[in-house]
Amino acid sequence: MSKGRFGIHGGQYISETLMNELLNLEKEYDYFKNDKNFKKELNKLLNEYAGRPSLLYYGKRITKDLGGAKIYLKREDLNHTGAHKINNVLGQCLLAKKMGKTRVIAETGAGQHGVATATAAALLDMECEIFMGEEDTKRQSLNVFRMELLGAKVHTVKTGTKVLKDAVNDAFREWISRVEDTHYVIGSTMGPHPFPTIVRDFQSVIGNEIKEQILKLEGKLPNTIIACVGGGSNAIGSFYNFIEDSEVELIGVEAAGKGLDTEYHAATIAKGKLGIFHGMKSYFCQGNYGQISPVYSISAGLDYPGIGPEHSYLHDIQRAKYVSATDNEAVNAFEYLSHMEGIIPAIESSHALAHGMKIAQDMDKEDIIVITLSGRGDKDVAAIARYKGIELYE
Amino acid sequence: MNNKRDKMNKIKIKNAFTNGKAFIGFLTGGDPTIEKTIEYVLAMEEGGCDLIEIGIPFSDPVAEGPVIQKANQRALSNNTNTDDIFKAIEKIRAKTNIPLVLLTYINPVFYYGYENFFKKCNQLNINGIISPDLPYDEKEEILETANKYNIDIISLIAPTSSQRIKMIAKDASGFIYLISSMGVTGMRSEIKTELKSIIKDIKEVTTIPIAVGFGINRPEQAEKISKIADGVIVGSAIVNIIEEHGENAREPIKEYVKTMKDAMSN
Repeated sequence: MSKGRFGIHGGQYISETLMNELLNLEKEYDYFKNDKNFKKELNKLLNEYAGRPSLLYYGKRITKDLGGAKIYLKREDLNHTGAHKINNVLGQCLLAKKMGKTRVIAETGAGQHGVATATAAALLDMECEIFMGEEDTKRQSLNVFRMELLGAKVHTVKTGTKVLKDAVNDAFREWISRVEDTHYVIGSTMGPHPFPTIVRDFQSVIGNEIKEQILKLEGKLPNTIIACVGGGSNAIGSFYNFIEDSEVELIGVEAAGKGLDTEYHAATIAKGKLGIFHGMKSYFCQGNYGQISPVYSISAGLDYPGIGPEHSYLHDIQRAKYVSATDNEAVNAFEYLSHMEGIIPAIESSHALAHGMKIAQDMDKEDIIVITLSGRGDKDVAAIARYKGIELYE
Repeated sequence: MNNKRDKMNKIKIKNAFTNGKAFIGFLTGGDPTIEKTIEYVLAMEEGGCDLIEIGIPFSDPVAEGPVIQKANQRALSNNTNTDDIFKAIEKIRAKTNIPLVLLTYINPVFYYGYENFFKKCNQLNINGIISPDLPYDEKEEILETANKYNIDIISLIAPTSSQRIKMIAKDASGFIYLISSMGVTGMRSEIKTELKSIIKDIKEVTTIPIAVGFGINRPEQAEKISKIADGVIVGSAIVNIIEEHGENAREPIKEYVKTMKDAMSN
C-alpha cells in the first residue's frame, strides 16, 4: 500500500504532473516540522498575529438551561479572521515561503479559508489567487470583496455544480498548470498525501489547547468533544490529541441539510460510499456508476461531498462517532447561542452545537462536553435572515 | 491458460504502431449520443486512426481543460453510464479490430468493481486503460486484476516527472503516454517542453512505444512530434469538432484525422 494511509483510506490519487511536487512537499514538511526556527516563527505568528491560544469558555447559561453536562466552548471564532482556518493557513503559507514559493492558490466554500489565505499571503508578501464557486460568491459576496481588499484575485468557478468541490477541481487544474512557483493551500484535511497529515498537524493546536485548558479548569479530561465536519479540519484538530484517551468520546457532526431521507444533504459518513476522488480514498456522496453527487447544506463550509481520510478511518475503527444535524437544527442552535450567551456562532459550528444541545440534558451534571466553535457567525447573519424569510442583503 | 488468453485477446496495442507513426484519437463516450460514439469511432478508423481512446464520462474530470469538460457534461446530461459505453464497444467490436483503450478516472472503475470492470474489458477485447488520477505509486490498486484479464495499464509521464521517468517506463505496458506540457488537456499553439531528452531517458529502459499527447491539434505539430515519438495523441481537437458539428460530425472527423495522419507520414 502506498504512503499516507489511514487504514485503507488516503493515498495519492493524482495526476503524474503533480507527483514530484507532492513528494517534494512531503520532504520539505518532514524537515520543517522538526526545525526549531520554523516552529518558533509559526508559534510567534499564531500567538502574536492570530491571537492564540483561543479561550475555552464555560457556557454557564446554556449549561443551566439544558440542565445536564457542563458545556465548554472552544472559541476558534475569536481567532484573527474569525475561524480556525488561520491555524492551517499560517502553517502552510510559512512552509510554502520556506520552500521558495512566491504564489499561493486556494479553494474556498463559505469564504473563510479564502479570506484566511489572502490574509496570510498579504502578511507574508505572497501572490494569492482564490477559487470560489459561482453559487458561493453569491451566498457570500461580502467575503469576495474582503479577499480582494486583502490583495487576492478571486476566480469565479462556473464549472460543474459551481460550489466547493468545483472550486477544488479548478484549484487543482491551476496547480497542474503552474506548480513551480505555486503552492496549493488546501483548506481541509483532505486531498492527496501529505495534505491530510499537514492540515491535521497545523490544526491539532486546537485539541492541544483544549487538553491543557480543561485540565487546568476542571482537573480532568472531558467526557465528550463535538465538532462539525465538512472536510473535517476543525474536527480532526480538536480530536487528534484525544485519540489515545479512549475514555473521551469524539463526535463529528455532518450537515443533514433538509434531512437524510431527502437528496439535499452533505452527510458523507451517513449516506456516502467508499470511493476515490480529489486525491484520496475515503467516503464520498456518489450516485450510480460512481459519479460524484451534488450535495446541499445551508452552510457553504460543510457543502462538500467527501470527508478527510483520517475521519473515515476513525469511523471504521469506531474511535469517533459521526452524526448529523439538519439546517433547521443548526439555525435553532445559531439563534440559541446568540440569545443565551451573546455569541453568534458560524452556521457550520452551529451543527456541532445542535448535537451538543441534544445530548447534554441526558448527561450527568459532573460530565463535561467541549464543543468547538470553529468560527464566528457574522458572515451568516444575512443568510439566516433570508432562511427565516426576512429580505436582508449585505 | 496463457495460450488460451492470447487467443481470446488477438488484438494488441502494439498493432497500432506497425503502420508508420501511430495516430491516436480520443472522444468522450456518449457525446453527443452513444449511437454517435459508435459512428464516430468508425469514422476515426476510416480517417486513419491506429488506436482509439474512448472516455468514460465523469462528473469531475480534474485533469481536463474546458473542451473535454464540456464533452463530459454533454455525455452525462444524456445519462450515459459505464454499461452504455460497454454496449457501444460491443457494437464497435462487431465491425473493427482496431486497438481500443478506455480513458477513465478511477472512481467509476472502483464503483463498478475492478473484477467486473476488467472482466468486461477482456470479453469486449478492450486493450488498455488510462487513468489520469492513478499515478505509478497507486497502480497496485488495479494491477493484479488488470493483469489477470490481460488489460494494459497505460502509464503517463509528465514534463515534471524527472527522476521518476525511468522508474515508470521500466514497468510500463502497452504504450507510454507522454504528456507534452504542464496543465490540463486542451489545444495549445506551442509546446515548449524538451521532449527529446525525456524520450531519450525512456528509450534507455524500454522498447515500448511512446505517444505524445496534450495540446496537439495542428498537422505541423503532429508532423514535428512524429519525428521524435512513435505516436501522436489528439483529444480536444476532435472533441471540438464534435461540439461544433453535433450529430453531423462524421465527415469532418474523418477529414481531420486524415489530414493529421497524412502530415505524420511526411
